[in-house]
Formats: sequence, C-alpha cells, structure tokens
Amino acid sequence: MNFEDIENGIVELIRKAETDLPKDVIDSLKKAYEIEEGVAKTQIDAILTNIDLAKKSKRPMCQDTGIQTFFVTIGIDFPHIDKLKEIILNGVKKATKEIPLRPNTVDPFTGENHKDNTGFQIPYVTWEFSDGSDVKITAFPKGGGSENMSKLGMLKPGVGIDGAKDFVVEEMIKAAGNPCPPTVVGVGIGGGADLAMKLGKKALLRPVGERNTDKTIAKIEEELIKRINKSGIGPMGLGGKTTVLDVHIEKAHRHPASLPVGIAVQCWADRRAHMIIHSDGTWEVK
Amino acid sequence: MEYNLNLPASKEEIKKLKIRDIIYVTGKIFTARDEAHHMMLEKDEIPFNPSEMALFHCGPLMKKDNSKWQVVSAGPTTSSRMEIFEDKFLERFGTNIIIGKGGMGDKTEKALQQFTGVYTAYAGGAGALAADKVEEVLGVYWLEELGMPEAAWIFKVKEFGPLVVAIDSHGGSIYKELKKQLKA
Repeated sequence: MNFEDIENGIVELIRKAETDLPKDVIDSLKKAYEIEEGVAKTQIDAILTNIDLAKKSKRPMCQDTGIQTFFVTIGIDFPHIDKLKEIILNGVKKATKEIPLRPNTVDPFTGENHKDNTGFQIPYVTWEFSDGSDVKITAFPKGGGSENMSKLGMLKPGVGIDGAKDFVVEEMIKAAGNPCPPTVVGVGIGGGADLAMKLGKKALLRPVGERNTDKTIAKIEEELIKRINKSGIGPMGLGGKTTVLDVHIEKAHRHPASLPVGIAVQCWADRRAHMIIHSDGTWEVK
Repeated sequence: MEYNLNLPASKEEIKKLKIRDIIYVTGKIFTARDEAHHMMLEKDEIPFNPSEMALFHCGPLMKKDNSKWQVVSAGPTTSSRMEIFEDKFLERFGTNIIIGKGGMGDKTEKALQQFTGVYTAYAGGAGALAADKVEEVLGVYWLEELGMPEAAWIFKVKEFGPLVVAIDSHGGSIYKELKKQLKA
C-alpha cells in the first residue's frame, strides 16, 4: 500500500475543508442574506464574497485555519489500522506547508509555536470502530474564537429541560459577536461533563438544516434557533436577525444527580470535509 | 455614510465618523494580538511608528515566496481579548483606528472618546477577501519570538474594508446599544 499517497489524500481532505464550505452552510448563509438589511447585510455579503474567493483561489477562507480535528471511523477489516495515526500526523505537517495553514499549536507552558500544527495530543483525533474494511475520516478544523465561547453547565436536575434551554440561550447572548455569528451551536445534554462537551462538538458535524431524528429534540432545536435569533445580536454582533444558522442537540443518559449541558460553538465557517480510504489504499475526498 | 480615508486619518476625519458608517482605509496598518500588545507596552522603543497606521487585531496566515512575504488569509481576530491593554495602548501609541471583530468594552470606549479614535468591525473570518486588499507586506517584527499569528506585521493596504464603525469617538457603540435592547 502506498502510504505516502494516502498522506496526500489527507492534505486534499484538509484543503477541501479549509477552502470549500459545505453547500448546506452556504445555502443557509444565502437565506440570511435575503432577510437581512443594512449593516447585517454588508457582513453576510462580505462573508459570501469571501467564501467564493477562497474556493476559486483554493486559499483558506479564514486565517484561523484552526486546530486540526478529525473524527475517524475505522472498518475493523482495514488492513493497516496501525499506520493511520502516522498518516494523519504526516498529512497535517504536509498540509501546513502546501496549502498553507497557519501554525496554530502553541505549548501552553513555554508559549512556543510548534510550527507544523502538530504537538502533544494534536491533531486531535476521535477514533471509533465499525464493520467493514473502509476508513471514514471527517476533517473538522476548529477555530479559536468560536471555541472560546464553549460552555459546560452542570445544572441541577430540578431545573429540567427548560433550565437547559435557558442556559443555552443565555450563554449565546453573552457570547454576542465574539464567536463570529451567524454560528452553528452544538449542544450535548446528559452524560457526564466530558461526554456532554463531546456530544456538543459531535453535534456540529450534522449538516445545517438537518433536525434530530427524535421529534421532541427536533422541536427544542427549532425553539432555540428562534429564541437566540430573537436576541437581535445578528451577524458579527452588529445587530440583525441571524445570530445562529442552526442549533443541533444530542443526548446521553445522565446520572440522577446531574444535568450536564455542553455547548460547542462553530463560527459561520462551519468547515467539514469527508474522506474514505478503501482497503486497497485508494481514497476519495468529498 | 460611506467614507474613503487615507491613513493616518486626521482628528477631524475621525470626529466625523458615527456608528454604522462604513469606511475603507488606504495606507499602512499593523497587526497586533495579545502578545504584541503586551510586548509593545513593555518596550521603551518600537521599531515602527504606530501613530501613522491603523491597528488591526489579526493573526494572519502568511507565506514566503522567493524571500518575499505574502498574505494568504488575514481576517480579524476577537477584539475583546485586547480589552485589558487597549486604553494604555491608544494613549501611548496614538493609533486612532482599530480594526477588529466582536466589539470591545467600556475601557476602550472611554479611551476612544478621550483620544479621538474609532473601533471598526470587519467581517470575522473573511480572510481571503481581506488578503486581497493588501498591496504589499512592508515588514514584520518579533516573528521569531512570537510566531506567525502573534507577530506584528506591517501591511500597505488599498481601500481596505468594508469596515463598520462600531464604536465612535462620541461614546456611541453598536454593542452597547444592543446590550441595552436585550435588557429591555
């Protein structure tokens, strides 16, 4: 198997994510453009022009090319599971030079920049297993401005789901223009502290406009979209109708004493791209 | 209102600006994030003249082609992180236009009134669009110590914008207005 070729596939995966926003996000931004006016419209206009420019010139749409984050589902019959970690690591290093990406990994103690977007625990990869022999990788480069607005609430179960809803709305109002709205908000409800945050982050992988299959949860998602947009924070926090493009909720069963609510925020640059590596080493990026 | 301004902008030009005006700037701008703010305030002497430039809250993505730096993507970073430095920064360096995103707080708002300056918002994440308005990279300071995002980059820009005046020199702030509305 040609591992170097698969590394080049990782570069293409990252390039796709950094330069070409998914259609669901663009469509949603276009809808926002239709309903906004004044300053808010100028912001969405700049965003849409920028998206177009980035795609045409194959340049990262945002200078914050993020922390390289991957969600990997390994088919248990894939023959080279042992090589995957190294392939991703090398792919990130190559992508940093070739695309290029901004060097974004800093040692928290010395402040030193690692210069190649790798470092301790980074790139951050979530590994899962499935049947079959294909490896599926989702690239999800995560920007710092929106990540800084993440929140964990260990609520008292007595406040109920209404309390959880209020918590999300209040936190998004507090975040105001900081996470580059219109944002996509991922909410994890239940589990423990870490699981709630993880579910919030994973909820962001769902395309904009797609509702949770559980009808009760889907209704709550719609309610939260309406409530947050009613705040009037608007694009870039300069006032307007579109503060969020979507809210996605995922759940886990919780301990009787805990009601964890994890909020993950994604800026309008809701960058996602997918890759499949087949058992013979061939790959596709889409 | 829409204005094209040549940098440095005069006191009169800054005073004319009101919140929700749109401006485009031509001239020199320098980037500074947390680390560069901190460093510049600690140093006795600065190797460039910030008073003739606009301050851009930005950690750009740069590349070097044939030993010349080029901007790949350069949108604004979250300005609120610089709130702890900005009043002292404006007082010492005399910069009168800030370009950022997300807004700033009371201390900066007061400093902008006191020293006649404006805070302008550029669409966050619109990095490719911003990069295309940079004509030339004039220099970079503290690249080795601070790394690419945190270094101070000097850009020559042409009609850089649209920048929305979000805090003006008369105490007006779009962010403050929205907060008041939310409480009401």
